[in-house]
Amino acid sequence: MKVKVHLWSGLRTLTGGLEKVTVDAANTGDLLAALVRDFPQLAPVIEAGVSVAVDGRIIASSLTEPLGADQEIYLMQRLKGG
Amino acid sequence: MALDDRKTTDFKFIGSRPDRPDGLDKVTGRAQFGADAHAPGMLHGAIVRSPHAHARIISIDTSKAEQLDGVKSVVTRADFAKDLSGEFSFVLENVMAGEKALYDGHAVAAVAASSALIARDAAKLVKVDYEILPHVTDVDAAMADDAPILNDTYADASVPSGLHPNVVRYHDSGHGDVDAGFASADLVIEDSFKTEATHQGYIEPHACLATLGNDGKGELWCTTQGHWIAQKTCAALVGIDTSQLRVTASEIGGGFGGKTTVFIEPVALALSRKANRPVKIVMNRSEVFRATGPTSSTSMDVKIGMMKDGTITAAQGIFRLQGGAFPGAPMEFSAMCAFAPYALENVKQIGYDVISNRPKQAAYRAPGAPMASFAVESVIDELCNKLGLDPIEVRLKNASREGTKASYGPRFQRIGLVETLEAAKAHPHYSAPLKPGQGRGVSCGFWFNHGGETSVSLALSEDGTCQISVGTPDIGGSRASMALMAAEVLGIDYENIRVTIADTATLGYNDVSHGSRVTYASGLATIKAAQDAVEKLCKRAAAKWGIPEDAVFWEDGCAKPSGANAGNFDPVPLAELTKDMGATGGPISGHFEATPEGAGVSFGTHIVDAEVDPETGKTAVVRYTVIQDAGKAIHPTYVEGQFQGGAAQGIGWALNEEYIYGEDGRLQNSIFLDYRVPVASDLPMIDTVIVEVPNPGHPYGVRGVGETGIVPPLAAIANAVSAAAGVRLRHLPMSPPRILRALVAQAHEG
Amino acid sequence: MKTIHVTTTVNGDTVEYLCDPRETMLDVLRDRLNLTGAKEGCGTGDCGACSVTVDDRLVCSCLMLGVEAEGKTITTVEGIADGENLHPLQKKFIEYAALQCGICTPGILVAAKSLLEKNPDPTESEVRYWLAGNLCRCTGYDKIIRAVMDTAADMREAS
Repeated sequence: MKVKVHLWSGLRTLTGGLEKVTVDAANTGDLLAALVRDFPQLAPVIEAGVSVAVDGRIIASSLTEPLGADQEIYLMQRLKGG
Repeated sequence: MALDDRKTTDFKFIGSRPDRPDGLDKVTGRAQFGADAHAPGMLHGAIVRSPHAHARIISIDTSKAEQLDGVKSVVTRADFAKDLSGEFSFVLENVMAGEKALYDGHAVAAVAASSALIARDAAKLVKVDYEILPHVTDVDAAMADDAPILNDTYADASVPSGLHPNVVRYHDSGHGDVDAGFASADLVIEDSFKTEATHQGYIEPHACLATLGNDGKGELWCTTQGHWIAQKTCAALVGIDTSQLRVTASEIGGGFGGKTTVFIEPVALALSRKANRPVKIVMNRSEVFRATGPTSSTSMDVKIGMMKDGTITAAQGIFRLQGGAFPGAPMEFSAMCAFAPYALENVKQIGYDVISNRPKQAAYRAPGAPMASFAVESVIDELCNKLGLDPIEVRLKNASREGTKASYGPRFQRIGLVETLEAAKAHPHYSAPLKPGQGRGVSCGFWFNHGGETSVSLALSEDGTCQISVGTPDIGGSRASMALMAAEVLGIDYENIRVTIADTATLGYNDVSHGSRVTYASGLATIKAAQDAVEKLCKRAAAKWGIPEDAVFWEDGCAKPSGANAGNFDPVPLAELTKDMGATGGPISGHFEATPEGAGVSFGTHIVDAEVDPETGKTAVVRYTVIQDAGKAIHPTYVEGQFQGGAAQGIGWALNEEYIYGEDGRLQNSIFLDYRVPVASDLPMIDTVIVEVPNPGHPYGVRGVGETGIVPPLAAIANAVSAAAGVRLRHLPMSPPRILRALVAQAHEG
Repeated sequence: MKTIHVTTTVNGDTVEYLCDPRETMLDVLRDRLNLTGAKEGCGTGDCGACSVTVDDRLVCSCLMLGVEAEGKTITTVEGIADGENLHPLQKKFIEYAALQCGICTPGILVAAKSLLEKNPDPTESEVRYWLAGNLCRCTGYDKIIRAVMDTAADMREAS
């Protein structure tokens, strides 16, 4: 399934200028793997830890959250707290 | 009825205010904190620290220390694991310096001896030869072309080329066209801001008691916000298997983010292994200030454009955070939280993580957010003043709501910012008359909140009572909250439930007590574990009655047949089912192990009245009101306590607290007399309003409450000071000398 | 260094100990007498977590030497309750949630008790200034001040 992912703009330099990319993924784990496959320069960023927002719900770390084609998906920096 | 379908707001226990289970221990002095542990044959450790901000370690001579009577072991970096990478390598480098000392107070060696006095004497006998190097402690200076380089390998792939190697990470995000947005504004204000580093200021210094044998098995007792992360990190740093180190969390005397990592624990383990005896290390206050946790200091530029009617047309922020000698300053959170309260078509935020010769920053309550909020909410206040607009009306006009595209990208789910603003507008504080010389300020604040790995185990006893093991150290009354949530599900009294913070050997992994996650995540886990037990109780009742399992439901602490068709049976209370549970299928327990991913974000609005003494520049906070969305307050008194504590820490950050470094790169105010946190006579009563807009990601609607409360105070007070004294302070803290200088400068201009 | 023999009274009991002349009263209480209720938050007399009374005078035990206790009468947080009956301040601190982490609580209770013995009817300002030497980082002091004021009112009514 093709899903559209919004990246934060700082990642543009690693995706050849793209801020929104389309990858093949059924869940959050697939999504991150597909991003690394399609844009190898994103690998260190994703390995350092990212979160994924799906329709506004922030998935801090789970790789198993299912994704739908029409969902709004954002890559975010990994969340933590004090 | 599925267990998750319960949407009732008619709670029996949730929202009540029972006494805390740890209360008696804490008022009688018998609660066991980090430094209160003893073990037979115990040694005392002391740490040798660098007096230099930046120096190459030429040699360390430990022979004199080893010869002192009573000294049993001495360790240096050579006694720790080699070839670590990533965060572990930074933690090890911070815990015990390798080739270079990177800040005043950096650990370089440690000793263990039969008494604390001997250990202290022995530490003085360790001779370290240093080659002193140029240092830098200011964030802007550390980014300048001629700044000394701390480490030229720390910068990651995110950093644009051409920046100084001290810039180690970079973030930029946003959407729309800010230039077009500024062009369409009636008024654009751009200002620069600085905030100084503050310390979490927990009253309990770091303390631990460690035992490690040469068989690679260890025991660690320590004051920590997360004993599983301590287990994982310590095991890696001393080179043993994670599971072979059992870590028990003591009662924790405050953390606020500063006890989410380790400092002395791996050192005590290494000393213990070498001496083959238990080793206790307790930091003194000066060590706490010099070598643990402060926040980042910041330098920020914020630009906002507004129409005459108060509509914000564009916003832009640059946030430079100095996070000490290692990567990790939370600049991305500064960036992502800065404009989150507002619905903006055009927004851009940039963050820089900068290293300098200071201690490694540690998380502090909503890390990164308070500073950014200070800059942003100050500029909004200036715009309101210049355009003659009411600050709450302007915030309401621009407020983020459900469906708003957040400044950090995705759309918000159900959030409660508007409700806090409406409550602020309606609060008597907002319309109360001010005395001459007083000014009023308001500010909003935002924090993400967090879920994280969570395990809870719940066991029923034969007498119908319940014990719960959770893995998140109780830093704000969470044992009471867990008991309330379990009572709600089980239908037994709060007093019949005992909640224990389990050690790492007796429960699955738990993320740290941070990110305002405990009431949300451990609470959700407790509810699910209780529901798991209830399901088993229903099965026992079904078997007893000889009816199908799904024909039984749980209500008011009893199993009941689900309707006339299920059969005519009297409800069976929990204690009746547990009485002979051993013979009806065995012990009954409930479990939850997962990573909840539904932590709801949280907003708050603060109102403050301040009075500035024109003679001394001293600011008095005369009235303070915190309004915050808690989602659902499980124990409202403890929610109020979090609101009040966050506000008090914010007041300290705004008005007085700061790390002061001398030209020599040494911290000049490393005791409480000089680093003065707010005392009782500095503060007024702190009024609270709990707004409850349920979080869709929690069965009872809970949002974390611990962190958001420290976000608004900095700007709220700056705005009040501006209204009271007519001077706008853009550099925190607004200490009397800074305010006085601003007053004098204004008089000259005037 | 040679240790010194000290005889003193702690929470009503006569105790004897040997201590190094450099040891503070707080070290002696915690390490030699196993009374760990008093806490060391700073070691410089700034935080009040180690507050005890010595001959009814409120002191920071980190600023007093163990050898100075000779012949004195010392009360720590462990000596505030009467058997199983808590002191009214202890009860009220639990009722008001005037504590979160609890590390400052022993010192604050000792200090507040000392205040109420001297001044049974303190104003809010008097309570705030009396407790200004006892740092609390969790509560913002609000509930602590209310608990002390309310205890004072109850105790006045009872007497």
